[in-house]
Amino acid sequence: MKWDEFFVTGDPLIYGADVSIVLTMVGILFYLTKYKKWKWLWTEWLTTVDHKKLGIMYIVSAVLMLFRGGVDALLMRTQLAIPEAKFLDSQHYNEIFTTHGTIMIIFMAMPFLIGLINVVVPLQIGARDVAYPYLNAVSFWTFFIGAMLFNISFVIGGSPSAGWTSYMPLASNELSPGPGQNYYLWGLQIAGIGTLLTGINFLVTILKMRAPGMTLFRMPMFTWSSLVTMVIIIFAFPILTVALALMSFDRLFGSHFFTLQGEGMDMLWANLFWLWGHPEVYIVILPAFGMFSEIISTFSKKTLFGYKAMIWSMLLIAGYSFMVWVHHFFTMGSGAAVNSVFSITTMAIGIPTGVKIFNWLFTMYRGKIQFTTPMLWSLGFIVNFVIGGVTGVMLAMAAADYQYHNTYFLVSHFHYVLIAGTVFACFAGLIYWYPKMFGYKLNERIGKWVFWLFTIGFNVCFMPQYFLGLDGMPRRVYTYSEESGWGPLNMLSTVGGFMMGIAFLVLVYNMYYSFRFAKRETTGDAWDGRTLEWSTPSAMPPFYNFAKIPEVTGLDHFWRQKQAGKVEKLTAKDIKKIHMPSNSGVPFIMGSFFFILGFGFVFGWMWMAILGGIGVIGTLIYRSFEYDDGYYVSEEEVIETEKISK
Amino acid sequence: MQRLKPFFTIGLVMAVFMLSGCSEMVVLDPKGPVGEEQKDLIMYSIWFMLFILLVVYALTAFIVYKYRDRKNHTGYDPDNEGSHLLETIWWIIPIIIVVALSIPTVKTIYSLEGPPAETKDQKPLVIHATSVDWKWVFTYPEQDIETVNYLHIPEDRPVLFKLTSADSMASFWIPQLGGQKYAMAGMETELYLQANESGTYKGRNANFTGEGFTDHTFDVMAMSDEEFEKWASETKADAPKLSKEQYDKLMLPGHVKEMTFSSTHLKFVNHADQADYALDARERLGYKSLVPHSKEAKERREEEKKKKQEEREESESHGDSHAH
Repeated sequence: MKWDEFFVTGDPLIYGADVSIVLTMVGILFYLTKYKKWKWLWTEWLTTVDHKKLGIMYIVSAVLMLFRGGVDALLMRTQLAIPEAKFLDSQHYNEIFTTHGTIMIIFMAMPFLIGLINVVVPLQIGARDVAYPYLNAVSFWTFFIGAMLFNISFVIGGSPSAGWTSYMPLASNELSPGPGQNYYLWGLQIAGIGTLLTGINFLVTILKMRAPGMTLFRMPMFTWSSLVTMVIIIFAFPILTVALALMSFDRLFGSHFFTLQGEGMDMLWANLFWLWGHPEVYIVILPAFGMFSEIISTFSKKTLFGYKAMIWSMLLIAGYSFMVWVHHFFTMGSGAAVNSVFSITTMAIGIPTGVKIFNWLFTMYRGKIQFTTPMLWSLGFIVNFVIGGVTGVMLAMAAADYQYHNTYFLVSHFHYVLIAGTVFACFAGLIYWYPKMFGYKLNERIGKWVFWLFTIGFNVCFMPQYFLGLDGMPRRVYTYSEESGWGPLNMLSTVGGFMMGIAFLVLVYNMYYSFRFAKRETTGDAWDGRTLEWSTPSAMPPFYNFAKIPEVTGLDHFWRQKQAGKVEKLTAKDIKKIHMPSNSGVPFIMGSFFFILGFGFVFGWMWMAILGGIGVIGTLIYRSFEYDDGYYVSEEEVIETEKISK
Repeated sequence: MQRLKPFFTIGLVMAVFMLSGCSEMVVLDPKGPVGEEQKDLIMYSIWFMLFILLVVYALTAFIVYKYRDRKNHTGYDPDNEGSHLLETIWWIIPIIIVVALSIPTVKTIYSLEGPPAETKDQKPLVIHATSVDWKWVFTYPEQDIETVNYLHIPEDRPVLFKLTSADSMASFWIPQLGGQKYAMAGMETELYLQANESGTYKGRNANFTGEGFTDHTFDVMAMSDEEFEKWASETKADAPKLSKEQYDKLMLPGHVKEMTFSSTHLKFVNHADQADYALDARERLGYKSLVPHSKEAKERREEEKKKKQEEREESESHGDSHAH
C-alpha cells in the first residue's frame, strides 16, 4: 500500500471534505481546551452509563449521519438532474449511493430509533435505568466506532462501491479489490455487535424491570413496539454477523463461500443478506409505529383504539418479517411455486399493517385533535406511508415485480416507507420527547415550516420516481441519455430533494433557536401526556428517573391519575436511598480497540487487527475482575434534587 | 384549510403532469404478450390501490376535519377504546383484497414460466444471453452464430433466453417485451419473451454490476421471420469465426462495440457450468483488477474516457448509421 493510495486524492470534493474534517476537529479541540471542557466531556458523556445520556448521544450521532447521508443524496440528485451530467463519474457515484444506503439504514435510522428507545422506554416502564447499563454503553460505543470506521472510508482508502446490498460476486476481491468493501464489512460488523447487545439489553429491561402493576398488557404501545423490535433484532442480527464473517473470510483469507471460483454460491449471500435485511426493515419501522401510536393518542386526547389488535398485528408483522425475504429477488428464477408463496406472504403483511392504519384513524375518531408538530408528522405519516404501503403490495406481486425490480419504482417505494415511516417518526419522536431530553420544546412555528417543506419536498422528490420506474429507468445508473426522456422528471425529483435538504437545515436552526429562546418547561408534563415518562416532577428527569417507583393500575396510568385528580405528591417519608450503577470508561476504551481491530482488517494489516483484538479481550478481562456494584444515592440528596419541602 | 389550498393545487398539477405521460411509459406500452400480461396485472393492481388510497384519504380527511380541537367541539369520547365490529371489518377487508390480488398474481407467475399461450404450439427460438462486465454476448445455437451487444429476433414467435453470466450477477431486461430475470455465473435461468411488432427496443442489464453498469445495454431488433432467417444465414456465411483468443479478450471488463460471429463461444465454455472461466481468462491475459483509488486505476479510467470520447466523435462523423 502506497501513501497516495492510503489517502484518497484527486477529487476537489474530497479535498473539500478533508479540509472541513480537519477544521471541525481543530475547532472541537480548541473549544474543549479553551473552556476547560475535557473533564466534563469525560465524566458526563464518554463514561456515562445513564440511558438518557446514551440515548442523546445516539440521537446526536444519528442526526450527524442524517446530514452525511443527506449530502450523499443531494450529490446523487445533482448528478441525475440533467441527462449526461459530468458532475460525478461512475466510480464516485457508485461509492456515494453505497454509503448513502448503508449510512441511512445502519447508522441513521437504527441509532435514531435506538436513541429514542434508550431515552424513553425505561421512563415509560417506570425503571431507573436499563437492565445492563454498562452493556448499554458498550452498545453505544461499538455502534459509534462502527459508524466512524465506515465514515472515514471516503477520505482514507476509498469508500465501498458495491451497493448497500453488496451482492456477490461483485463485492468479491476479484471484482472490487481494495479496502472499500472491507470498510463495509467491518463497519457493519462492529456496529452490529452493539445492536445485538441492545436487543438483549432492552428485551430483559422490558421483561424484568417494569414498575409494579405494569403487566404486559398495560405497557405503552411504544414500549410494546420496542419489545417486539428487540425480539426481531435477536433473531435477525446473528444472520448478518455470520454473513459478514463469511464474506470477510472470502476477502481476507481466500475462502470461497460466495466467490466465482471454488464453487462459491453468490445466491447464498443474497439469501443471507435479505434474511437479515427484511427483518431489519421491520426493526426500523415497528418503533416508528409505536411512536405514532403514542403521539396520535396524546394529541387526540383519547385512548389508543384497538390496543390489543395493535399488539397482535405487530406480533404478526414480526413473524411475517422472517417469511418474506425472497421478494427481494423474485427475478432470481426460483420457480413459480416459490415465487407464489413469497408473493402471498408478502401481501399478507399488508393485512396487519392496514389494520394498524385504521386503528390510528379511529384513535382520532371522537377525539379532540390538536395539530402540534409531532401530530402533523403523524398525520403526514398516515397519508404518505399508505402510498408506500400500496406500492409495496404491487411489488409483492411477483409477476409484476419482474417489471419493477431494480427500477426507480422500487427506489420510490422504499423511500416512501422508510422516509414517511421511519424518518417522519424520528422527527415526530424527537420533537415529542425533546422537552424530556432538554427541558424545553422546539419552536412550533418553525417546526411547522420544517414539516411542510420536508413533506412537500419529499413528494416532489419521490412521486416522479414511480413514473420514472415505469418508464424503465433502472436504479443505480450514474447518468442517462437525453433520448431516454427521463430528464424532466429527474429535474423535478432533484428540486424536491433540495427542498428536503433545506427543511433539514431549518430543523437544525430550530434546535439552535429553541436552545436560545424557548420557554423552559416547569413541569415534567409538557404535552399533557398519558404515560409514565411525563409523570416526573421536573422537566428533565434526574439521573435516577423516579424518586419513588410508581405503582401502575392500568393502561395510560398517568392520564387516568390526572383525570381523577389523584396525582401523587411525594413526601420526604416516601424517599429511600437509591442504588445506581457507576460510570465507567471501559466501554469507550473497548470501542477504541474495536476501531484499531477494524482498521487493521480493512487494510489487511494483521498485526494491527491482532493488537486491537488483544485490547478488546483485555478490556473484557478487566471488566470480569471489576468489583464495582454501583453506589447509593442518599435520601438527603434525593430530597434535595426533588425539591421536597421537609 | 384555506392555507392548504396552494398545496393541493401543486399536487393536482403534479399528478396531471405525470399521468399525462402514462401511455408513453415503456412498461405500460408493451410490444409482446409477456409484457402485455404483466401490464394487465399492473393495471389491475393500480385500480385496487387507487381505491384503497381513496378510502383511506376520505376517512382521514373526514375524521381529522370533524374531530379537530375547536370551540363547540362535539362527540368527544376519551375512553372509546375499540369496537369488535369495526375491527373485524378491517381485518376482513384487507384479507379479501389480498385474496383478490393473489389469484391473478399466482396465475400470471405460472403462466410466465412457459411460452406465451398464443404461440405455445410454435417451437421457441433459443438464444443464450451471457453477461460479461459490461457487455452482452448472444448465442444462437441452432443458427450457430453469435452477436455482441445487439439482438435480432423474429416477431410472433416465442424466444427462450437461457441466461448466465461470466462474472457479476446481472439482470436481463427488455422492458417493452417483458420483465427481467437474473443472469448468474455457474447457473442458468430461463426467460420467455416475444415481440409482436417489429421495431427496435432497448434492452439492458438492470442489476448493478459496478463501474460500467450504466452502459451495460443492447438493442433488440424484432423483424419478420423471413428477414430473421435471411439475416441469420447471411451472418453465418459472411461473419468471421470467433476464436478463443478473441473470446478471452471479451472477458476483460469494459465496453465493446457491436460484434457478429459465425460461430459460438459454447464450444469453448458455457459459463453456466464454469463460473470461474472469465477470471481465469483475465489471469491468462495478465489483466489485474485495480483498487479504485490507486494511480493505475485512475489512469485506466482516463484511458477509457478518452476511448469513449473518440468513439463518440467517430460515430458522429459517420452519421447515425446502424448497419448490421
